[in-house]
Amino acid sequence: MVDSRSWDWDTSEKKIPLDSWKAEYQWVEEPYVSPDGEKIAAVVNVDEGEFTVCVNGRAWGETVFDKIWHLRFSPDGRLTALVSEMGEWTMAVNGKAWENKFGYIWEPRFNANGTSIAAAVQQDMQYAMVLNGQPWKQTYANMTFFALSPDGRHTAGAVQVESVDSGEIHKFQEGSFTAALDGKPWDARFVNVWNLAISPEGGHLAAEVRLNLYDYTIAVDGVPWDAHYATVWEPVFNPISGTVVAPVREKGMWGLAENGNILWDRRFFQLWHQMFSPDGSRLAAIVAPSYGRWTVAVDGVPWSATFTKLVTDAVFSPDGQRIAALAKDAETFRVVVDGSPWSGTWDMAWKPVFSPDGKDVAAKVEKKGQYTYAVNDRVWSTSCDAAWDPIFSPEGTHLMLRTIEAGSYVRRIVPVSEIAA
Amino acid sequence: MAGPLKKEKAGVVDEGIDVGISRLSEAKIQSVINGVIESETGARLKTYVETCIHCGLCSEACHYYLSHDKDPHYSPVGKVKQTIWEMLRKKGRVSPEFIRRAAIIAHTECNLCKRCTQYCPFGIDITYLMSVVRRIIHKLGVTPLYIQDTAHSHSVTMNQMWVKGDEWPDTLQWQEEEARVEIPDLRIPMEKEGADIMYSVIAPEPKFQAQLIYQAAIIMQVAGVNWTMPASVGWDNSDMAMFTGDNEIMGRLKRSHFETAARLKVKKIVMGECGHAFRSVYDMGNRWLGWSMPPFTIVHAIEFYHDLIKEGRIKIAKKYRPPITLHDPCNVVRGGGLHEKARYVAHALCENVIEMHPNREHNYCCCAGGGVINTGPPFKMTRIEGNRVKAEQLFVAKTKGAEVLVAPCHNCHSGLHDIVHHYEIGLDIKFFGDIIYEVMEKPAQAGP
Ligand code: SF4
Ligand code: SF4
Ligand code: SF4
Repeated sequence: MVDSRSWDWDTSEKKIPLDSWKAEYQWVEEPYVSPDGEKIAAVVNVDEGEFTVCVNGRAWGETVFDKIWHLRFSPDGRLTALVSEMGEWTMAVNGKAWENKFGYIWEPRFNANGTSIAAAVQQDMQYAMVLNGQPWKQTYANMTFFALSPDGRHTAGAVQVESVDSGEIHKFQEGSFTAALDGKPWDARFVNVWNLAISPEGGHLAAEVRLNLYDYTIAVDGVPWDAHYATVWEPVFNPISGTVVAPVREKGMWGLAENGNILWDRRFFQLWHQMFSPDGSRLAAIVAPSYGRWTVAVDGVPWSATFTKLVTDAVFSPDGQRIAALAKDAETFRVVVDGSPWSGTWDMAWKPVFSPDGKDVAAKVEKKGQYTYAVNDRVWSTSCDAAWDPIFSPEGTHLMLRTIEAGSYVRRIVPVSEIAA
Repeated sequence: MAGPLKKEKAGVVDEGIDVGISRLSEAKIQSVINGVIESETGARLKTYVETCIHCGLCSEACHYYLSHDKDPHYSPVGKVKQTIWEMLRKKGRVSPEFIRRAAIIAHTECNLCKRCTQYCPFGIDITYLMSVVRRIIHKLGVTPLYIQDTAHSHSVTMNQMWVKGDEWPDTLQWQEEEARVEIPDLRIPMEKEGADIMYSVIAPEPKFQAQLIYQAAIIMQVAGVNWTMPASVGWDNSDMAMFTGDNEIMGRLKRSHFETAARLKVKKIVMGECGHAFRSVYDMGNRWLGWSMPPFTIVHAIEFYHDLIKEGRIKIAKKYRPPITLHDPCNVVRGGGLHEKARYVAHALCENVIEMHPNREHNYCCCAGGGVINTGPPFKMTRIEGNRVKAEQLFVAKTKGAEVLVAPCHNCHSGLHDIVHHYEIGLDIKFFGDIIYEVMEKPAQAGP
């Protein structure tokens, strides 16, 4: 994780006016804010076919690009975007384009502490991953699912290694796909490969595979589990033991399997987004315990509260003792912590955030186009035109709230007690 | 039901069916049929089979039956008799040749259009029975080649047309650039988290009909909609796997679509003018995943346009002059009840709307739906000959003055195109989006 101790946790309020941007540029796209809250940036149009990024009111570098999209701050605060110049695409970081250029670049991703940036690239109709500006040596005729390892040192993709023309259905069914780690493909061939996961230390690669039109399983380093299933969902590695866990479907119901062996006794109408607690000791997943009812199951036991529309954005507290998630009924979202839904209902809510000690929970929420924050089911008094996720101070006593109010960007440090009471 | 087919088809060759059949043994057939029936069907199949009194009231509903001079082989119950009933009666002991015929019937002689269900006094859902047959055909590996290839495309790319990961965002940017000639600050906002709406389309749009994305972008921009399109998989809402009985791939596609909407934090999914995708997102795919209702409000283009016009968010500069007639796509009319909203839109946009008969939820299917058009060239004539009644219906509308046929569904569009062409009816075919784009007030024209 990113170390936030060096950030300014003392200044209670900082403001950056945004109104002048509109006057200066033809148009200003939706803004993004840095994790430390010190910068706000947006793609802006300078003139016909000329774009730059405006950061705190200033252009982010000398270069004006033909196109810019997917502007995002990395977790360590670098400002990145996909940029095009003279028909070539690459990634620009803090206004400076990578030296390597490509036919196209898309789906950029960061590892958790922001040390690495990866993306998929196409050059001359060949596909590869690029990591911090360096593309794989090997390229492939097609690449469909991508992964960056938690430590940021490895990338993987589902790649096509046998050519199959459209309409060659039987050749396709013999298997033309495999997975590649850092460009090196597995020997095995599969009909399909989806949703890759790289082990925490970066040496192993797991993926969903389809062996023929009907049998699915998980393959680790190219070796499929012995057990086959009606279908499977994304594998994850246990962060401590390195075992692989994936949802598997048998006889119309979903269970969880570890290295090919069924893990939980219970079966569900749906089971996905399984996640380990940071110490690897607990395992939770989003489940449908009955048809049309959704909740979270922890170590196989579902919460008694269920929801009709959606359960999403589940997260463990840093100590692994608590879980928060979002639940939707009809058109309203609520935050749910350890199975207890908060009373506040929202048109939209964002992934809940735990304090470092796990005692407090905060979330960005929205109703009728107005944004605010809820902390331990209490609502902040200010409503805003835009907001970004709340961030707890290292000691957990304060929250950094990043908002847009009355045409200005506002960075506030607010005592948790002011909202949570 | 004895006797041979009136006009036996001149042996259609389809590699998907033929190669699949050549690999079958009777033992395999039996175990697959019984496996599907025992483990994947329940009371529903049993009830339908036991309830049907063979009265034939459903026959008059089916355009294939009517178009083949009431040949009982083409009646809904006739198709059931030639397929699933026989499989049940013989406990799965049927021949590879029987399976060939079942594959052709289920995949090319039924559009799963649900018209017959309205005519059955017991509401027996023939489309469910045909879907069970297709599931068996899938498990036997005998699915027609073209639609199987499409299912493979879905499995690899999560879209219908083998559109690669880079080609999709690249196409959106290309359309954005084109549209900026018309509206200089136009955007197709990709990956805009927290937008109100995720707009999803089917893959033929970026592949062959990018102008539809262009038009949608103009409509969104003029109406001031806070919208986004994903740059990842999940942008395509189409689903031929639903029609090949490959439920596992269907579920995978719909999960990708819904989770993309969840990731983008949108409130609604607005879909382009497509019928089958609506069925997949609103009915079949969500249920297979365990959602009794979709996790997001699904708004079909007809309803979306209806709301934009009604709320005055798009204004009509000058109504469309050529008289139109309106085709009611089964999946959004019988399946979604959007027929009155479609008429509201038609009348708001056009000076003269000529109804074809029957219409609304009683409309005849286009004969392309249910994946039939996706079985490709080998079965093109099956579709065209199977829908002579549609040609007659269109011809009457034409005689009354219609010059343009509006079909707010992609498959209908293509299927009706073949019918209009073959029967030499002479109608232009358009989407609502084409007409809105033509008649709406745009910034240059708006105001003094
Ligand atoms: S094509 Fe339509 S009316 Fe005919 S049998 Fe199939 S679902 Fe029924
Ligand atoms: S109308 Fe209903 S009961 Fe009569 S033959 Fe058709 S499906 Fe059977
Ligand atoms: S293609 Fe159109 S008319 Fe035809 S089945 Fe689909 S929705 Fe029905």
